[in-house]
Amino acid sequence: MLKRLTLLAVLLLPAGLAMAEEGESYLHAGTDIYNTESLQRGARNFMNYCSGCHSLQYLRYNRMGTDLKIPPADLAALMFTSTKPFDQIVSAMPVDAEKWFGKRPPDLTLITRAKGVDYVYSFLKGFYVDPKRLWGVNNQYYPNEAMPAVLSSLQGMQKPVFKSESVDGQEKMVLTGLELIPPPPGEEKRYLTPAEYDDFVRDTVNFLDYAGEPIKAKRQSMGIYVVLFLLVFFVFAFLLKKEYWKDVH
Amino acid sequence: MAVAPNSVGGVSPGGLIGWIDQRFPLTKLWREQVAEYYAPKNFNFWYYFGVLSIVVLVNQLVTGIFLTMNYKPSAAEAFGSVEYIMRDLDWGWLIRYMHSTGASAFFIVVYLHMFRALLYGSYRKPRELLWIFGCLIFLLLMAEAFMGYVLPWGNMSYWGAQVITSLFGSLPIIGGGLVEWIRGDFVIADATLNRFFALHVAALPLALVFLVIAHLMALHEVGSNNPDGIEIKKLKGPDGHPLDGIPFHPYYTVKDMAGIAAFLVLFCAVIFFAPTFGGVFLEQANFEPANPLQTPPHIAPVWYFTAFYAMLRAVPSYFGTQVWGVLVMGAAIVVLFFLPWLDRSPVKSIRYKGPIYKIALGIFAISFVILCVCGMKPPSGIYPLLSRICTVLYFAFFLLMPWYTKIDKVKPVPERVTGHA
Repeated sequence: MLKRLTLLAVLLLPAGLAMAEEGESYLHAGTDIYNTESLQRGARNFMNYCSGCHSLQYLRYNRMGTDLKIPPADLAALMFTSTKPFDQIVSAMPVDAEKWFGKRPPDLTLITRAKGVDYVYSFLKGFYVDPKRLWGVNNQYYPNEAMPAVLSSLQGMQKPVFKSESVDGQEKMVLTGLELIPPPPGEEKRYLTPAEYDDFVRDTVNFLDYAGEPIKAKRQSMGIYVVLFLLVFFVFAFLLKKEYWKDVH
Repeated sequence: MAVAPNSVGGVSPGGLIGWIDQRFPLTKLWREQVAEYYAPKNFNFWYYFGVLSIVVLVNQLVTGIFLTMNYKPSAAEAFGSVEYIMRDLDWGWLIRYMHSTGASAFFIVVYLHMFRALLYGSYRKPRELLWIFGCLIFLLLMAEAFMGYVLPWGNMSYWGAQVITSLFGSLPIIGGGLVEWIRGDFVIADATLNRFFALHVAALPLALVFLVIAHLMALHEVGSNNPDGIEIKKLKGPDGHPLDGIPFHPYYTVKDMAGIAAFLVLFCAVIFFAPTFGGVFLEQANFEPANPLQTPPHIAPVWYFTAFYAMLRAVPSYFGTQVWGVLVMGAAIVVLFFLPWLDRSPVKSIRYKGPIYKIALGIFAISFVILCVCGMKPPSGIYPLLSRICTVLYFAFFLLMPWYTKIDKVKPVPERVTGHA
């Protein structure tokens, strides 16, 4: 038994080490693909704020409608570039968008699978004022990206907080965090509170996580029955083996 | 004229089976290969991994056929067709995850199967050819897995293929031409994807299946080894069957059924709950389409190749060429073929081998695991040094074997097998 446990430990060692490696300093998204209401809000957020530039080219409107329990009338209201529910979610961004941004706004269907939910969540909270950049903003988690701060109409603008640090004997300014620039008096109501903005981003990222693998929630709930069945099958197979092996001495 | 019955063992079944038996050795095959194939009764945990390799092979063949029906082997469509399988094809996600998880499972069970041979000396006379067939299967499996990994046409597929094929370019004189010939283009491109698809779905699986059949035929010719490393055929009862042997069917068919069930619990747990296995079985960078202009931040092969990849990187370049690393990596596989003639111990099983072999095998196993980890990491910090040490230990295990197995103190081997599970 001890030998087998050692073996298991040795087998799991590389996986464990590989996973430990991923702890880059991103914010924790705290998304939950089982929260359908959050997914619905996320779909609405995405369609209103993201889909102008970004496609979800591998996801179809009707699939989203079915999985997220969005009634057909509400779904139709979210379809800005198509009238056919079976169409894929493609942005209206023209081909020469590359000229505007330096690169085409990427398709986001698999962004959470490629980068992780925590990355996308951090990215959407990581914009700060940087006059050196084309759109006047930079990003803490993806320095020098090409995207403008689209959500600043909800979040407000953030300013960077630098700390002077000596790296290899040279004084350098290191970005340590971001700070919300208070909106002018009387305009606070135009913006979401920080907590509301976090929820907004969380719902959107949650939706993107769903879009990355629409079957995920169903796959997991189905898996419980599959594994339970196999465990029961194992018990019977094991008892059968014991019965047959009674006469082996 | 009456046809003489093609009876086996004096009994000839009637009916349909009898009809077939007169035309095809069905009952004969069944008896010789299954019902009256006598296997040692003391197989332990380690002996599940042979049958599990077959289970995974069948899984790969069947799921692979269904994937082929929906996959498009062109640079323009490949990535999208995989997402089509994952989303629009009924149960396509399950088939794809069974196949991708199966690839990793294949290497897990094959590595453990090979380790079993190292434990109990299963490669020793008269099983040398059985071992060599096994090594050939392992080699083909690596080629099959590599080409399969290119097919989803993600960015890691693309850059992994770019790096691995470029290794051939380090060979002197023929290198450059060879790489072009393998790729069918100057870089990894549509032509490469097409030919890798052909090799992955037709040529290599065909060769694999033939080799697996040869592997099993060789096994059934010489008989199975066992944890005691005793030849059970030496002691036969009055009925002519080995005293320590039991018919494969029903004893090992029911036992393997339980083993397969236990394996499937783990296999399905991965498929349904962690199909990417935290980015180890399906790497994150491969969820971005192939992009010849954008290299992933850190190119590493999938976990099952990382031990050999670490050896490749461990060797520094001398005389302005990197070919030495490639040769060392190749040698790490080639040396396996010679194992039956490197082991000079008078006993087969680790149970009766002395402390030197036990320590050597332990160091070898740990080195291999460390190499696996090193190959996943960027070549900085402690990893290059660790890789070098473990590469030396890996080869030392094989190359010093003729000496240390000879001087090792062995225990007397009993006449009969000890215990059974």
